[in-house]
Amino acid sequence: MASNQGEIRYLTPPSVEIKKKKYCRFKKNKIKYVDYKDPEFLKKFLNEQGRILPRRITGTSLKYQRKVAKAVKRARHLALLPFVTDMLK
Amino acid sequence: MKNQYETVFIATPVLSDVQIKEAVQKFKDIITENGGEIVNEEHWGLRKLAYPIQKKSTGFYQMFEFTAEPSMIEKLEIQYRRDERIIRFLTFKQDKYAVEYAEKRRNKSKAEKEN
Repeated sequence: MASNQGEIRYLTPPSVEIKKKKYCRFKKNKIKYVDYKDPEFLKKFLNEQGRILPRRITGTSLKYQRKVAKAVKRARHLALLPFVTDMLK
Repeated sequence: MKNQYETVFIATPVLSDVQIKEAVQKFKDIITENGGEIVNEEHWGLRKLAYPIQKKSTGFYQMFEFTAEPSMIEKLEIQYRRDERIIRFLTFKQDKYAVEYAEKRRNKSKAEKEN
């Protein structure tokens, strides 16, 4: 049984995702303040439905994730960003 | 003790240009009368809203940056709520990073205007 186990040949080689070291872009570029007035920058932290991406995806540190969340909520209040949408990014 | 504040408000698109200027002037006077001092103001003009507010999908955006006494903000907000031309407003206290950022942003926009 084990022998034919080894003989399984995959049609396409299983692509192992090389693990990219995630870094907090705010620490790296020394950004201290997240401005709620420019939606273009904030869109990088939203998914297609307009929801805020979790830290494990964007890799931002906790301190800046809170600032981003507050800025996004302010932008939503001022209708610069939608609450929910199916915007094509 | 004076703090630096930033306020943005959206006016209904139904208004004519004259009414918009008059509304902006009214709030500028409110700030200056109550001991506020305007540092910077920006008029973003007619912009599309991300979602309809009061059945309208566009609005006139206006932004003020000013230093004022904390007690004055409440008066300003009452005026916002009372004025029916304003459909949405937001005021917030700038912390030291925000002040720095606003400073840089102003110089950048001035530089753009020059060249």
